Amino acid sequence: MSTSALHQARLAKFARRKRVNLLATTLALLAMGFGLFWLFWILWETIRLGFDGMALATLTQMTPPPNEEGGLANAIYGSFLMVLLATCVGTPVGVMAGIYLAEFDTKSWFASLTRFVNDILLSAPSIVVGLFVYAVVVSRFKSFSGYAGILALSLIVIPVVIRTTENMLQLVPAGLREAAYALGAPKWKVILSITLKAARSGVITGVLLAVARIAGETAPLLFTALSNQFWTSSLGEPMASLPVTIFKFAMSPYENWQKLAWAGVFLITVAVLGLNILARILTRNKI
Amino acid sequence: MSSTLAHGASPSNSPAILSTRAMTKPPPSKRPRTGPMADRIFGWVAKGAALLTLGLLLAILASLTVSAWPAISKYGLSFLVNSTWDPVQEEFGGLVMIYGTVFTSFIALLIAVPVSFGIALFLTELSPAWLKRPLGTAVELLAAVPSIVYGMWGLLVFGPVLATYVQQPLQSLFADVPYLGAFVSGPPVGIGILSAGIILAIMIIPFISAVMRDVFEVTPPLLKESAYGLGATTWEVVSKVVLPYTKTGVIGGIMLGLGRAIGETMAVTFVIGNFNQLDSVSLFQAANSITSALANEFAEAGEGLHQASLMYLGLVLFFITFVILSLSKVLLLQLRKGEGEKT
Repeated sequence: MSTSALHQARLAKFARRKRVNLLATTLALLAMGFGLFWLFWILWETIRLGFDGMALATLTQMTPPPNEEGGLANAIYGSFLMVLLATCVGTPVGVMAGIYLAEFDTKSWFASLTRFVNDILLSAPSIVVGLFVYAVVVSRFKSFSGYAGILALSLIVIPVVIRTTENMLQLVPAGLREAAYALGAPKWKVILSITLKAARSGVITGVLLAVARIAGETAPLLFTALSNQFWTSSLGEPMASLPVTIFKFAMSPYENWQKLAWAGVFLITVAVLGLNILARILTRNKI
Repeated sequence: MSSTLAHGASPSNSPAILSTRAMTKPPPSKRPRTGPMADRIFGWVAKGAALLTLGLLLAILASLTVSAWPAISKYGLSFLVNSTWDPVQEEFGGLVMIYGTVFTSFIALLIAVPVSFGIALFLTELSPAWLKRPLGTAVELLAAVPSIVYGMWGLLVFGPVLATYVQQPLQSLFADVPYLGAFVSGPPVGIGILSAGIILAIMIIPFISAVMRDVFEVTPPLLKESAYGLGATTWEVVSKVVLPYTKTGVIGGIMLGLGRAIGETMAVTFVIGNFNQLDSVSLFQAANSITSALANEFAEAGEGLHQASLMYLGLVLFFITFVILSLSKVLLLQLRKGEGEKT
């Protein structure tokens, strides 16, 4: 083969490689656009239709019967109460287990197994948690209740908090612990007032993310807290929550229910995305 | 010293008080050691919390099995291949739901995997540095949107769009083609297997692309720079250096997404149509999945065989996701182990 023919072949090959590369990078760009497209479409519709359904009555009145005026007050209150209490129940357990994994036992088979199981629970279907709570609480006491809903939600909080607490504690430099030990502090004090304090903002981030997660959870509440058309502050009764109410209203053919469902979706989206952004800001500034 | 111990931190107040009391009784000759006892209690509490997590998994398995026992003992494994679901005649089989779950998740992966790969490629190799962070955040926020939002959007916004702009043209195009026609038949309402699959895909894209981006970043820069130095194009670096290096992690990420798709409840329940029959291969046929059957029927199901059968479905769902998530975890761990050895 002459040198010019060889040169030609090389150029052709180079051109082909460049074409393939251009194709691949263009497709990657399109994929990115594809992903963002859905985000903006969903957010846009949520804002547009959600604003339509928003009114003062949405926040102050009870969930109405079909084709009557009303609001979401009892559902908002129920959601707020259950999320708050579930966070209060789940956080200490999650933080303690996270401390155990990061400070007491980092390498043994028990710790590895716990970590493994925790990661599975983290992405396990939340409806199974609902089934579990139904089986051990609701069917035993023969009644749907706010307590059952709180238990189901707190079981979802725990794995999230364990994960972030453990990760954040591991970021604390060992020198800090050693300095505290050298001053004669007992281990529990080192952990509570040195390492946990140093990792505080990270742990709070984990809790915020957990709150954001359970605020939108519907599946575990469907057959634990069920729903309630009226205002109730008694946790022993079925309790309305925003996600379950949205589910009920959105699937209905009534126009006013659908409108309220959009308002509810708007509220939840704003709350959840707000919490996520807050969590991000917290970690960015501190660590 | 004792006073600072007592109000050192609230969660373990009681052990501190206990130990200070114990030391005040006999006048101490030496400085009392308050550490060990409080330490041990603190350690037990922490270990208890960790044990609780392990126990939770076992408790879920045990309680589901016990509640499902009437159905398990009556049908055994034939439950998984029987497609009759008839609460009136008390005759139950889970094939329709299992088929719906598997098929929708399959469609979701088919769409989500290439797109997520593209997003990860864009974020790690192509994006200008100032865009990386906002774009990464946007994708992660897509993961944070609650599934009920996707569901409602899918039912009321996306479904009609899909019916008008995809289903009807396809139907008029393929109506007379022998086999393809059957795939697109059905009432054009935008509800069914395909809508559920697409919405699941949108939901799992952020999960898969976040994992892929993270594992791509694990590739040692030295390897990539060597390839670039030899004159490789971006695509060649990704396909011949990054991808082989991170293979296990990529598969782990895909499995994680699959686990999510199979367990997803609300988004699917809204758009799948909840129809317990399996008489058409159409992509637009209303169907059912394990999770949506549970969401729709469980609260109304009477105690007895109906409820036990639903619990059986829940157990099957938990088992499938457990296996898939375990595999994903093992694969991702392997990548991290390899990382330690090779560098």
